[in-house]
Amino acid sequence: MAYEVDGKTINADEEGYIINLADWSEPLAAIIAKSEGLEMTPNHWEVVNFLREYYNEFQIAPAIRVLTKAIGKKLGPDKGNNKYLYDLFPYGPAKQACKVAGLPKPTGCI
Amino acid sequence: MLHTVNKSPFASPTLTQCVGHLTDGAAVLLIEDAVVGATEGTASGALLAKCLKTHPVYVLRPDLMARGIGEGRLVKGVQCVDYAGFVTLVTEHDAVQSWL
Amino acid sequence: MSAEDGDTPGVIKRFLFVNRKAPYGTIYALEALEVVLISAAFDQDVSLAFLDDGVYQVLAGNDPSGIGMKNFSPTYRALDDYDITKLYVERESLQERGLPEDGFVVPVSVVSRAEMAAIMSQQDVVLSF
Repeated sequence: MAYEVDGKTINADEEGYIINLADWSEPLAAIIAKSEGLEMTPNHWEVVNFLREYYNEFQIAPAIRVLTKAIGKKLGPDKGNNKYLYDLFPYGPAKQACKVAGLPKPTGCI
Repeated sequence: MLHTVNKSPFASPTLTQCVGHLTDGAAVLLIEDAVVGATEGTASGALLAKCLKTHPVYVLRPDLMARGIGEGRLVKGVQCVDYAGFVTLVTEHDAVQSWL
Repeated sequence: MSAEDGDTPGVIKRFLFVNRKAPYGTIYALEALEVVLISAAFDQDVSLAFLDDGVYQVLAGNDPSGIGMKNFSPTYRALDDYDITKLYVERESLQERGLPEDGFVVPVSVVSRAEMAAIMSQQDVVLSF
């Protein structure tokens, strides 16, 4: 599949994860989010940006358990829990937020 | 003849086998995992130091960098080349033998 | 795994991942790392052993940009987030390769060959790469 951003075609795999990580931009993220049925709020962006920073540092998208713990460490326990993250990304914070963040499917995601 | 070796000498005997077959004018180029064998303080390094008296020895720098080995760790006399240098070596020799 | 083997949910086994290949020349190092990360989901007692050419995997300063491959060194630093903290590097393997006992990309324990053998013998499952 593919996304259209500003007249440009961005290729993605059959699940909607973009192929080339360098293609990512905020407008693209908004389009991916829309196709996922998500309305992006500052809280959504906070998680998406956190994931991009995590990927930059470690070169992987974290598994959900790791994401929850790491977010708790950085943003506090009221955000580092499953309920908060699933409320933002109902189809799985790791999978769905990674897709919006332009990252590959999380390693260790089963 | 340019001889290339691509396996770590700690895991495969191909470097020793290669060095045993060098003739006048031959050069040795270590690529891929073989680059780890050119470091000082190793059995393969000692073998290459002996080899260097009669034959030039080269390592491919990008492979060295990939494995976190600084050029300062190399046996004295071993020369680093990049991909362009690899190509030059190939053109300077009449044939290439790969010790796979 | 079946009930006959005594495997019930909640039983924690000792898993050792044995890394013996240099990175980048073959795909073993990267594949091992991915399996380790996936295995973390099962909450087992995981250890990683780096011996023979495997010691090159955890050296600091690996830079594969020149050979067009993804640098997976930073990913070893994420193992802590996955609660994988038992990383063992064999001293004799370092010595044979002229490598110092420091300068790793991630905290490791440097152990002797005899200690490594003991670590291996204490495992329930050993996976080799």
